[in-house]
Order: sequence, then structure tokens, then C-alpha cells
Amino acid sequence: MSLAARLRGRTHAAYIAFLIHRLSGIGLAVFLPLHFLALGQAIQGPQALDGFLDWSRQPLVKAAEAGLVLLLAAHLTGGLRVLAIEAGSTRAMTRAVISLGLAASLAIALMFLLGVWS
Amino acid sequence: MAEAVATLAVSVWRGGAEGRFVGYAVPRRANQTVLDVVTYIQQRLDPGLSYRFACRVGMCGSCAMTVNGRPRWTCRTHVARVAGADGRIEIAPLANLPVIKDLACDLSAFFDKWAAARGSFVGTRTRRDDFARVSPAAPQRRAVDAAIECIGCAVCYAACDVVAWNPDYLGPAALNRAWTLVNDERDGAERARLSAVAGDAACHACHSHQSCTEHCPKSLSPTSSIAGLKRRTGLAALTGKI
Ligand code: SF4
Ligand code: SF4
Ligand code: FES
Repeated sequence: MSLAARLRGRTHAAYIAFLIHRLSGIGLAVFLPLHFLALGQAIQGPQALDGFLDWSRQPLVKAAEAGLVLLLAAHLTGGLRVLAIEAGSTRAMTRAVISLGLAASLAIALMFLLGVWS
Repeated sequence: MAEAVATLAVSVWRGGAEGRFVGYAVPRRANQTVLDVVTYIQQRLDPGLSYRFACRVGMCGSCAMTVNGRPRWTCRTHVARVAGADGRIEIAPLANLPVIKDLACDLSAFFDKWAAARGSFVGTRTRRDDFARVSPAAPQRRAVDAAIECIGCAVCYAACDVVAWNPDYLGPAALNRAWTLVNDERDGAERARLSAVAGDAACHACHSHQSCTEHCPKSLSPTSSIAGLKRRTGLAALTGKI
């Protein structure tokens, strides 16, 4: 069977939600060591950390951070949705709830970009 | 739907695990099902084509195949629904099951897993006892109602990625069946059944990605049944029942 045909059974909303949940999880797992590296700078003294923090104020880095926030929010909302399904909610299985989770994740990332928390 | 072309271009899987798609030209007709197409090929073009069907009305569950990449019951799938204007259809055996020949799969593993999930009723009464009275409104009876109409077609099993990733996984249909029995107040094997579905390759392996629910031709929700088993086995483990 061709790849296109193989993918065809996997285009429904719940499968896409599963993929987003899985990929955001992998993305976060890849990011974690970098995060610890940055925290490790703090132990090496304030200069190293300040240097890092200055670097992190560049727009490109800021955008990457927003991406991370998006991953985190998507993984969180995806996880809450799965929990709700397992608690017996059939509503959590609907497209509406999947879209709501994604919209909330995008909103959180956008709010981060706009500096709501800084 | 407007009949765009008069002839369907049908590719059908021929062979076993090793094989290839063979093209056939089949006249397009009104209200034609995918099973009609396969039957036409077998009766008019190639009598050597192997496939399964019995009831042709969506009751027996024997006619499932992969149609344009999706598992479907072919006797109730209209060509108009799957063939585009170009009239192309690709028909392959179900995924996740060994192919015997052409469109016929070996369903042994699928049904063995029903047995492994303790999918048969274990009665506690004798013929001398009165009938059990089960209220149709009882929550447990309603949970059974929601899951009982399974025809054993294996569409969900073919759609499930966890089955593909872990060949030991009991799969949506067997677990859905177990859920109906767990909720059957007449049944006497709850403990054994909960233990059987609590293992590594059973309900807790399900990722809730709903491909089973999305494809089930009877519109059942094995995902919900499995979620129910997750709760019930969790509770049984906490209370020391299993
Ligand atoms: S919800 Fe569970 S059983 Fe259904 S397709 Fe996904 S993993 Fe398989
Ligand atoms: S649960 Fe649905 S898809 Fe699965 S075997 Fe039963 S009827 Fe077929
Ligand atoms: S032939 Fe019986 S369900 Fe299709």
C-alpha cells in the first residue's frame, strides 16, 4: 500500500491530537537537557547566567521560547484531554474539545510572545 | 452523486504477504458496493480471487477489507463513497493480520485475543433457576447496550496502531467485548476477566487515539469501553481485588 493510502486512515482529529501530544512530548524531552544546561549557568556564577539571559533576549531566541511554551501548552491540554477520556468523558473525544485545546495552547503561546507574563 | 466515469479502475491485492496490486476494469453501477465490485471481479474477470463474505447486509462481519487505505465493511460501503471522480479504488486485505491469500486474512489471532480477554459469558445460574431480571435503565445495562452490537469484523483491530506496534496487544474488539461482560450483572468471572485485561498488552496499553472508534462500522466506541476497563481495573487493583 502506498504511503498516502496508509496515511488516509490516520487523518481524523483524534489521531492528529495524538500526534501533537506525542510530538510535543518528544520536543519537550529534547529541550529539557538544554533547559538544565541554562540553569547550570546559574550555579557557575551570576556573570554566566546574566550573559545567557542577555543572549536569550534576542528576538529569535524569544520566538524559539514561544515555540517551547506552545509545546508545553499543547502537551498539557492534550494530557488533560486524555485524562478526561479515561475518566469517562465522551465529550473529550469530540473535535470541539480537541480544537478548544489547540486554541488554548496557541493563545497561551501568543500571550507569552506579547509579554503578558514578563 | 453524479456518476463521473462508466468504468472503475480497481487495484486489488493479489498474493499473500508477498504480492502485488493487479488492476481490473469494472463497470460502474448505481448503488454498487465495494463487495459488489470484488464479486464482479471474481465472477467475471478472475475466478481465482479469494475473499470472504456471508450476509451482505452488515451482520456477519466477514467482509472487511482495506479500501483506499481505510479499513471498512465492504458490503455496506458504497462505491460512490470511496471512489473519486476518476473512479479509482484500491482494495487490500485488512492490516495487522496475516494475509492468507488475496483479500482473505487469517483472523485466528484476532479471535484468540477475545478468548484471552475472557470474552465469553460465565453463567452463575442453572436451568432450574428463574430468569435474571436486569433493568434496562440500570447504568451497567446501559454500558452494555452501548458496546454490545459488535459484529466481530476486525475493522477496529486493523485500524489500531497499538496492535501494529505490539502484536500481543489484545486490541479494541476483544477489550470492548470484555467491557460488556464486566458490566453483565449475571456474569461470574469478573475477577479473572479484570486480571486478564489489566496486563501489559491489554487495556492500559491503549493510547486513546480513537482510530478504532473512528472506523467502527457499527459506530461503537471501543475507546470508551477501554477507558472503562482502565478505571475498573485500577479500582480493582486499589481495593486488592486483583
Ligand atoms: S483508542 Fe486504543 S484500541 Fe482504539 S485504536 Fe487507539 S490504541 Fe487502539
Ligand atoms: S468494535 Fe466495531 S470495528 Fe471492532 S470488531 Fe466490533 S463492529 Fe467491528
Ligand atoms: S458480508 Fe456480512 S457484514 Fe459484510
